[in-house]
Amino acid sequence: MSTTATIDQAPGASSEPQVNYLNARYGIKSWLLTLDHKRIGLLYLGTITVMFLVGGIAATMMRLNLIEPQGALVEPETYNKLFSTHGIVMVFFFLVPSIPATLGNFLIPLMIGARDVAFPKLNLLSWYVFVTGCCLMLYVVATGGVDTGWTFYTPYSSLSSHTDVFLAAMAVFIGGFSSILTGMNFVVTIHKMRAPGLTWFRLPLFIWAMYATSLIFVLATPVIAVTMFLLMLERLLHVGIFDPALGGDPLLFQHMFWFYSHPAVYIMILPSMGVISELITAFSRKRIFGYSFIAFSSLAIAVISFLVWGHHMFVAGESVYAGLVFSVLSFLVAIPSAVKVFNWTATLYKGSISYEAPMLYALGFIGLFTIGGLTGLFLAALATDVHLNGTYFVVAHFHYIMVGGAVMALMGGLHFWWPKITGRLYPDLWARFAALVIFIGFNLTFFPQFVLGYLGMPRRYAMYPAEFQALNVLSSAGASVLAVGYIIPLIYLGWSLRHGQIAGPNPWGAKGLEWTTQSPPLTENFLKTPIVTEDAYDYETAPEPEVVRA
Amino acid sequence: MPDAAIAHDANPTGFAHQFEDLEQQRDAGRLGMWVFLATEILFFGGLFAAYTVYRSLHPVAFDIGSHLLNWKFGATNTAVLICSSLSMALAIRSAQTGKKKGTIIFWLVLTMILGALFLFLKFRFEWYQDFLDHTIPGFGFANQAGWGANAPQVQMFMCFYFFMTGLHALHMIVGIGVLAVLTGMAARGKFTSQYFAPLEISGLYWHFVDIIWIFLFPLLYLAGGRYPH
Repeated sequence: MSTTATIDQAPGASSEPQVNYLNARYGIKSWLLTLDHKRIGLLYLGTITVMFLVGGIAATMMRLNLIEPQGALVEPETYNKLFSTHGIVMVFFFLVPSIPATLGNFLIPLMIGARDVAFPKLNLLSWYVFVTGCCLMLYVVATGGVDTGWTFYTPYSSLSSHTDVFLAAMAVFIGGFSSILTGMNFVVTIHKMRAPGLTWFRLPLFIWAMYATSLIFVLATPVIAVTMFLLMLERLLHVGIFDPALGGDPLLFQHMFWFYSHPAVYIMILPSMGVISELITAFSRKRIFGYSFIAFSSLAIAVISFLVWGHHMFVAGESVYAGLVFSVLSFLVAIPSAVKVFNWTATLYKGSISYEAPMLYALGFIGLFTIGGLTGLFLAALATDVHLNGTYFVVAHFHYIMVGGAVMALMGGLHFWWPKITGRLYPDLWARFAALVIFIGFNLTFFPQFVLGYLGMPRRYAMYPAEFQALNVLSSAGASVLAVGYIIPLIYLGWSLRHGQIAGPNPWGAKGLEWTTQSPPLTENFLKTPIVTEDAYDYETAPEPEVVRA
Repeated sequence: MPDAAIAHDANPTGFAHQFEDLEQQRDAGRLGMWVFLATEILFFGGLFAAYTVYRSLHPVAFDIGSHLLNWKFGATNTAVLICSSLSMALAIRSAQTGKKKGTIIFWLVLTMILGALFLFLKFRFEWYQDFLDHTIPGFGFANQAGWGANAPQVQMFMCFYFFMTGLHALHMIVGIGVLAVLTGMAARGKFTSQYFAPLEISGLYWHFVDIIWIFLFPLLYLAGGRYPH
């Protein structure tokens, strides 16, 4: 089924002002002291957008520098600070909270028919903790940055680096507690706050994904916190924990770091998978294929994620036997990931597919995630990893997962639920155009990096041999396309806040409790606590989309 | 309860608007505390794991380090904490069985006193002595004759000792603060045989902090056995 590019006035949508969570109260105080999960979600959205810009500027400067083999823009020391800033800001202050703290916060109570999360005050506290961490990190960036890379490897970070590692580690330490609070809140909310009739196997798959993510938040984040704590103490007091000169073991730092940071990869990708499950069904207008397989594959990924951290250390000095075990376990992650991809594809089969902007992001996600996932297998294999470790192949691989996966899904989800969040529709043509620009720009940026890595170009260097220039220029050109692709939505989504067409309660004709309430929802979400009598994604009974499709 | 239009401020019985009923609220609070404790286990777990790795790599140095600690204070404090857990449990029990508020306050205050006693013994007699003996890393730590090549790892043992007991002490201080708030609530007659959830979940926390100590005491004080060197 093809669609028209324009959207007619949605039937049933009224332009009369109605009381909702946005206009119920006004003023700065009503936002900064809000306990409403929807407003807190928006506070998070604003914060991570700022952090995304900071991390994005650092990336832009890196790509500009790499246009010339000798470095076109900055000194090598500055380059070290740029990639460290980019990594720390993007991982800890953008990707980790991205979908859970924004869409998760906004949607979980709506999707399970609750008035709010279980602990609204903790929810607000988590935002303040997060902002504190962000401010500290921005202070570090503004006063010279750090040059350790986002991994803070010892003994460089504890002994050699002359930058403010202490404060940067403190920022990560503090930011971690916001993850823990969010995770606790979500676990309890999903367990205890579901509407009558909403059994576990009637939950939207987004909820399953958020549940799996929350488990990782709760169980992995404390380990990075304590690792950063030890690093800070070692630097502050000059005592030996990881310092080999004092009998410490730098490898232990790597073990403890990756014990969090590998599961953190799944913190970034599991929520995206949840979003994609929602988008694929909504725009195929078909019940999802293999509901329970997708649900349990989320939990399987969460469990396995705790057992694979050693694959970051194949060449760092861990034993061959440990390497073998970690390699096998890493391959296991491919199974639940593939289960998801196959089920999404099977859902598309014989669906009435339409290509609205969210769906474009979802389809893009499936392709890019598949590439990112399969190249991960190269790195999980011991022999090929020796060749590829520490090269641009690794950089390309994880950007396919984190940008091609997590950011695409965030954009898709944001577009899908934008009418619910704001009560307005955005210009569909622009949105589709931006999705296409992002897809093209992304591939142009990162696909050449696979080749560069295969040819042996190491990551984290400000300079490179001249024969790598063509591919690097291609990558930098792609980065500028990608930047344009991110700026366009910023403009039209901002525009739509005031000028967008009024969206009805359910512009996509989608299933799910969040679409049964008004847009934007009431502060209490529902007039009456909903009673659920059907499975998720029962698209045989779905209302027709209000967005007219030819 | 009506479904909609419930004000955001909590009503006098401690019931929060987002819940359907008091039982759901209590369940949520209890589960929330268990999840928090899972987080705490992993938080301390990182330290326990690092300690275990280094102890197995440097058994002699950790043995020497362990002998720098005074096990008598450690044992006394273990007893103090176990008693405080009992009085905490009795505080909850007296609320559940509808005892007078004076009884609840008595047990809560006793718990606080025992917690403070633990901290007093720890800081006044142990840490202060360590300071005088120059065994605090980063604060005038001095190697002693007889450590030989083990000196760096002895210092590392003391690092772990202070990190772990320090973190534990921090949890005790937070716990005493929580108990003070609970005492205030009890004095205002908040707790009844129907409503005692704050006591219950704070009790979970208090017992957890005790259990951490039950692991810290043998690992740190009794490492390598207490035979004379």
